[in-house]
Amino acid sequence: MKTFDVAAQPGAAARWQRVRAHAALELQMMLRNGEQLLLTIILPVGLLLGLSLSTVVDLGVADDRISRLDVVVPGMLALAVLSTAFTGLAIQTGFERRYGVLKRLGATPLSRGDLLSGKVCAVLCVEAIQVTLLTVLGAVLGWRPSTIGLFIALGFIVVGTAAFASLGLLLAGTARAEATLAGANVIYLLLLAAGGIVVPAAELPEAAQSWVQWLPSSALAEGLRDATIAGSVNSLELLVLAVWFAAGAALASRYFRWD
Amino acid sequence: MTASHATLVPVHAASESAAVPLPASPSAAVSVRGLIKKYHDHAVVDGLGFDAERAAVTAVVGPNGAGKTTTIEICEGFRTPDAGQVRVLGRDPRVDAAELKARVGVMLQIGGVYGAITPRAALAHAASLYAHPQHPDVLLAQLGLQNASRTPYRRLSGGQQQRLGIALAVIGRPELVFLDEPTAGLDPQARHATWNLIADLRQSGVSVVLTTHYLEEAEQLADHVVIVDAGSVVAAGTPAALTAAGEGDVIRVRAAPRLELSALQKSLPANATALEEAPGSYRVTGGETASMLAALMTWCTAHSIEPTSVVTERRNLQDVFLELTGKELRP
Repeated sequence: MKTFDVAAQPGAAARWQRVRAHAALELQMMLRNGEQLLLTIILPVGLLLGLSLSTVVDLGVADDRISRLDVVVPGMLALAVLSTAFTGLAIQTGFERRYGVLKRLGATPLSRGDLLSGKVCAVLCVEAIQVTLLTVLGAVLGWRPSTIGLFIALGFIVVGTAAFASLGLLLAGTARAEATLAGANVIYLLLLAAGGIVVPAAELPEAAQSWVQWLPSSALAEGLRDATIAGSVNSLELLVLAVWFAAGAALASRYFRWD
Repeated sequence: MTASHATLVPVHAASESAAVPLPASPSAAVSVRGLIKKYHDHAVVDGLGFDAERAAVTAVVGPNGAGKTTTIEICEGFRTPDAGQVRVLGRDPRVDAAELKARVGVMLQIGGVYGAITPRAALAHAASLYAHPQHPDVLLAQLGLQNASRTPYRRLSGGQQQRLGIALAVIGRPELVFLDEPTAGLDPQARHATWNLIADLRQSGVSVVLTTHYLEEAEQLADHVVIVDAGSVVAAGTPAALTAAGEGDVIRVRAAPRLELSALQKSLPANATALEEAPGSYRVTGGETASMLAALMTWCTAHSIEPTSVVTERRNLQDVFLELTGKELRP
């Protein structure tokens, strides 16, 4: 064992090293949390299987498996982003704030920028796992997306992640940890049920359509559907996501409380 | 502060409470002048000032609500003062925050560790933020946390969480460490491990500023003690200087409870006071020892009071604190 020498030798680690260390810690906590894994992995995978193999839920398309997969897989990719970038990030950050983790880290060389970068890296890592699982499972069931569309879809996932992460941080930085926990889960369920994720906004009752289509969940799911089905970029949905991101980021940077 | 207490202020507290504070010292580890922090128009810190020398242990002591934590958190850069000057290692904690964060270690009163994380993981994470960190295993061993190194933080005992907080504060090999109540709630063994670590830090030339409720801890551990009450410094100096100030020793008497102290007071020398600290435990202080003792014995004889024990001893910090603030400081 090394000897104990407490003589001062101060200095910060390189930025990439700090970000990497923090991303690793955030990732470890996200993957360890059982309830989170239910939302991030088990539910999207289960729904992908259930919705594509059974025709109980009317998706507004022909009842064959391929047509259903075209609607369901992009929807579950959107759900994956919602679960990780919004619900998971909000809950974890809310409790970090509550336990004084953010405050203590504020006294270390980990800057706020480093902290945020670490969180974003961890979210993207979890999403990489989710996207891989869902696309491979979809492909096994017969999903054949447009090849160019997959790259467009990645772009939508990045923009959607930015939008949901800014909203998640806004919630975590302004509400109490318990309220964040409840709120992030309720919003997840509401958007899952009626946010254009399972059933496209266009297939919802007319009264709901007019506002559901402006939700970030619907914008992301529709953007992903247009990309993977037709290989096209739906710029309106991209704009909707960008506006949610801008609003969330502006409010979060203004109102986020670190302790 | 009353006039009779002025003799008990050996260092610079008198000038610091003046309207125009002296400029903060750039060479001290921490230098605070004329610090004011208000919450809802109430000054929690009210013209507070002190210096913490480099390579020394400075203890800030005082009752709850005295403004200790607020002062320390201003030095750590967490809060902005309403007025006054603060220099930490010669720098401004708000302006030079990025530089100071690499040079200063901080232990908060609240843990600041995620509940599911083990001490080993928390220390490994903290270590990777610094250029020349202490090895986590070495710190775990030094603080007696080896056996808890794989237990999630939320399942650690209060004392273990406390020691992890200290380890997190020193892992980056800082020049200066702030420890807010480092030994509160520790058992004697853990307290000793902590004291040893603080002594090691001082030995190696690291500056330590800590707050504590335990006056005997400040007396044993600190080179410099700053006594804070109601947001300002009431006395500061070495433990020896603080306890030597004032006239005479402390006479501790054990006798029947609820004696008529107002009657005794009239027989005592002019500056001396008698107080029943606990039922049957009295202390007489403030005057010349021999004359206090003579007056006390005469009064006891006249009133047929049989003390079971009479001890004269040098003041300890607890006595000094009581004389200055009129308050007992019990952990």
